[in-house]
Amino acid sequence: MAEPIKDKVAIVGMGCTKFGERWDADIQDMIAEATYEALDDAGVPLKDIEAAWLGAQWGSQIVEGGVVTGTLLSSALQTQYIPVTRVENACGTGAESLRGATFALASKAYDLVMVVGVEKCKDMGFGGLPSVWIGRWEPVYGAFGTGPGRYAMAATAYFAKYGLSNEDGKRMLAEISVKSHYYGAKNPKAHLRREVTVEQVMNAPIISWPLGLFDCCGVTDGASAAILCRAEDANKYRKDYVTIKAFGMAASPGWGKERDDYDFTYWDATQAAARSAYAEAGIKDPRKELDVVELHDCFTIAEVIASESMFICDEGKFKEQMTDKRAYYHDGEMPVNTSGGLKSFGHPIGASGCREVYEIYKQIQGKVEEPSRQIKDARMGLAHNQGGHPGKFVCGCTIVGAP
Amino acid sequence: MAGIVSYGAYIPMYRLSRAILGQVWGGGGKGEKAIANWDEDSITLGVEAGMDCLQGQDRQSVDALFFASTTSPFREKQSASIVAAALDLREDIVASDFGNSLRAGTLALRSALDAVKAGSAKNVLVIVSDCRLPAPNSAFEPLFGDAATALLIGKDNIAAEIEASYYMSSEFIDIWRLEGDILPRTWEERFVLDEGYEPHMTKAFKALFKTREASAKDFAKAAFYAPNARSHATVAKNAGLDAKTQVQDPMFDSVGITGATAAILTLIAVLEEAQAGDKVLLGNYGDGADAHIISVTPAVENLRHKRGVKGHLNSKVMLENYGKYVKFRNLMTFEETPMTRPRTSLPAMWRDRNWQYRCHGHKCQSCGKVQFPFQRRCMYCQAGPESLMEVPLAEKKGYLATYSMDERAAIVDPPNVLAAVNFNDGGRIFSQMTDRDVNTIKVGMPMELTFRKIHDALGVHNYSWKCRPVRV
Repeated sequence: MAEPIKDKVAIVGMGCTKFGERWDADIQDMIAEATYEALDDAGVPLKDIEAAWLGAQWGSQIVEGGVVTGTLLSSALQTQYIPVTRVENACGTGAESLRGATFALASKAYDLVMVVGVEKCKDMGFGGLPSVWIGRWEPVYGAFGTGPGRYAMAATAYFAKYGLSNEDGKRMLAEISVKSHYYGAKNPKAHLRREVTVEQVMNAPIISWPLGLFDCCGVTDGASAAILCRAEDANKYRKDYVTIKAFGMAASPGWGKERDDYDFTYWDATQAAARSAYAEAGIKDPRKELDVVELHDCFTIAEVIASESMFICDEGKFKEQMTDKRAYYHDGEMPVNTSGGLKSFGHPIGASGCREVYEIYKQIQGKVEEPSRQIKDARMGLAHNQGGHPGKFVCGCTIVGAP
Repeated sequence: MAGIVSYGAYIPMYRLSRAILGQVWGGGGKGEKAIANWDEDSITLGVEAGMDCLQGQDRQSVDALFFASTTSPFREKQSASIVAAALDLREDIVASDFGNSLRAGTLALRSALDAVKAGSAKNVLVIVSDCRLPAPNSAFEPLFGDAATALLIGKDNIAAEIEASYYMSSEFIDIWRLEGDILPRTWEERFVLDEGYEPHMTKAFKALFKTREASAKDFAKAAFYAPNARSHATVAKNAGLDAKTQVQDPMFDSVGITGATAAILTLIAVLEEAQAGDKVLLGNYGDGADAHIISVTPAVENLRHKRGVKGHLNSKVMLENYGKYVKFRNLMTFEETPMTRPRTSLPAMWRDRNWQYRCHGHKCQSCGKVQFPFQRRCMYCQAGPESLMEVPLAEKKGYLATYSMDERAAIVDPPNVLAAVNFNDGGRIFSQMTDRDVNTIKVGMPMELTFRKIHDALGVHNYSWKCRPVRV
C-alpha cells in the first residue's frame, strides 16, 4: 500500500553558487562550489554522503551531443565509489533529482544523500541555448522550434483570449520583469542584478514577438545542492530543517501544440502536478496556504500561466489578482519568485529546480542573504519546475515546509 | 484526341523591381520580376502549380508525372518523385524528370501526349518549373524570373486540344551551364539572337503553318518564349502576327523570363481569357524549337476557378532591398554562427514520408477527430492504432490559432514565425509560417498550407509543409 511522502524526508543543508556568466569556473568547479556550501550548511563531511543524484541537461555543452555521467560529480569531488545517478528531464531536471533522492531515503536504502543540479551554458560561443535537442526526434518537423518561439505563442494566445491589446499585454508582462529584476538586484547570488523600468522592458529589442529581451531569462551558469536525510534524523544536523511535504509530478501526453482544442493559455502538466501535490500536502486553498512560490518563469508569460495553472490566481485574472494588487511581491498576498526567479536569478537548466527549493528553504529559515526581501513567517512554499514547451511539459511541483 | 484537361500556375509572392537593381548596379529599367522565397525552389514551385492544376481533379486518375526544369534542386536524384509525393499521387505511376533544355516543358508535353494517345496513361501531369539564378550585375539579372506551371494531359473533358505540333532539334549553343556551374554562361548576344533564337523560332512557326495549311491570321492569340522583348517582337513580325491583337503579353515586366516555364505560363494566361473555338499558337525555343496549334473547347469554362496566372499576378509583395535577395539566394559569404547546425535524418524522413511529404493526418474512427502529425494512439480519446485512419490534409483551409515571431532563430529570413493553424473542419497543424507580411499577422486570419524547403541540413534539401496566409 502506497504511503504519502509528507514529512518523511528533511533537507538539512543547501548550497548554491553565484549564478551568472561564470568565465572563471567550469562545470566541475561549480559542482564543488555548491556541494561544499551545502555540506558546510548541514555540518556534515563529504565522506558521510552515501549516494548522490546529479541533475544536468547537457552538463557542459561545448560540442554537440556531450555525454554526462555520474562521474562528472564523483571526479569533481573525489567521492569514493558511491552511486551517482545522473538525472535529466530538460528544464525540469531539478525537481526530478530531488524526488529520486527523497524516495531513496524513504525506502531506507540510505541515511544521508546529496542532490546537485548544474549547467554550464556559457562555454558555447553564443547567446541563447543550443538547438541540438530541438527536433532530436523530428529533425525536420521540429526544426526552428526554439524556446522563445514556442513560449511566445502562449503570450499571443493569452492576449487574444483575454482581449488584451499588444500594449496592455506587454505592459502586464513588463510589470513581472520589473519585479524579477527588483529581486535580482536584492540577491547577491543572482545573475541579473540591475533594476529595470516598465518602459525599458517594453522598449527592449524583440527576441520572439511579443516577448522582448527583458521578458526572457538569462542564459546562466550555476549549480545548486541539497543534503537530505529522513526526518527523524534531521535534528542531528540542525534545528531549522525543512521537510518535503509533497511531490506532484506529471508528464503531459504531449498533444498540446497539435490538438485543436488546446489554446496555449494553460499548462496542463502544471495543473495535474499542482493538484496532486496539494492533495498530498493537504492544501485546500494554495493562495492562502502557501507562503512563497518559486515558479518556472523562463519567460514572463510563463509566470502568468504557471500562476493560473497552479491555482494561486484565477484563469485570465493575473493582471487583476497579481499585478494590480502587487500580490506577488514579498510583502504581498502571494509572494512569487522573491529570488529574482529564472528571469533574474538565472536559469542554468539542471540547477534551477533545486535552486528554487534553495530560496524557499532560506525563506522558511528567515535567512535570505538580503533581509529586505525576507518574507515574514514563511512556513510553506512550492517550487514549480518544468521541462519542454507549451503543450508538452514534464512538470514537478515540490512542496517543502517547516516540519 | 488528346489535350489539356486542366491547368495550374504558380508565381511566387515576392517581386524584385528593376529600379532596385538599378540602385545597386547603376542603370535603370522599369518593371519587376518574380522571385522565389528563400524556402522555395523548382520542386516547391512545381508542387504549388500542381496543386492549382489538380484542384477539383481526381488525383487517382493521374498515371504519370513529368517534371520539367533546367534547375532541378538535385544534380543526381529525381525531383519528380518528391513532387509526386507532395501532390499525393499514386505510388504506381511513371515519374520522370525532363531537364537541361529551356524546351524541357514542351518536350515533356510531347511525351505526355504520346503516352495518352498510345493508351499507356490515362492522364499525365506535366509540371514545368524554373528558378534560374542569373549572375549578379549581368544582363540576365533584370530578366530572369521564377514561376511554375502544370498541365493535366488526357483524353476526357479536354479544355484545349493540341491539334498539331512541329518539333525540331538543333545543336545550336547559346546558353549553358557546365557540371558544377551555378550561373549560366552565354555567347555574344548578336550571335545568340540573330543566328539562334530568331531564325529557329520563326522556322518552327512557318514549318507548322505549312504542315497544317495554316497562317498567322488563324490564331486568336500566340504565346511563345523569347529571351528578350525585342526578339519577341521580331519573331511575332516574322510569323505574321499582329503585335497589338494577337500576341499575348509574355510578362517580361511583371514576372520576368521564367526559363522553361515561360511558354506554358504565357499559354495559361491565354487560356484564362480564351473562348471556345479560339485557336492558340504556342512556341518554345531551346536546343531547337517547337510550335503547336491549340484549339480551345467549351470545357475551358470549367477551369475559371484556378488561381492560375491571373490569380497570382497581383498577389505580391515587393522585396524591400537587394540585400534580402542576396540572402534568399545565398549570394555572399555571411558571418558564421557557432550555433549548432540543423540536422536531418533520411531514415526518419522515410518513415514519416506520408505526413512529411504527403501531408496525411490521422482521423480517429472512434471520436472522429483529425490529428497531425501521425499519432500512435488518438490524442483526443486515446483509442488504439487500429482506430487511426490516414486522411489527406494538404488542401485544407484554416485560421491562425496563435503565433510567435522569433527574431533569433537561425533562418534565412527572420523572424521565424511559428504558427498553430486550426483547420475549419477540425484538426490542427503546427508549423512555420511562410510568405507572410510580419506587419499584418493576426490571430484568426485565414490560412492554407504550402510545401516548402525546411532547411538544407547535412547536404540534403529537406522539404515539408508550412502554413501561409491565404494567398489569393
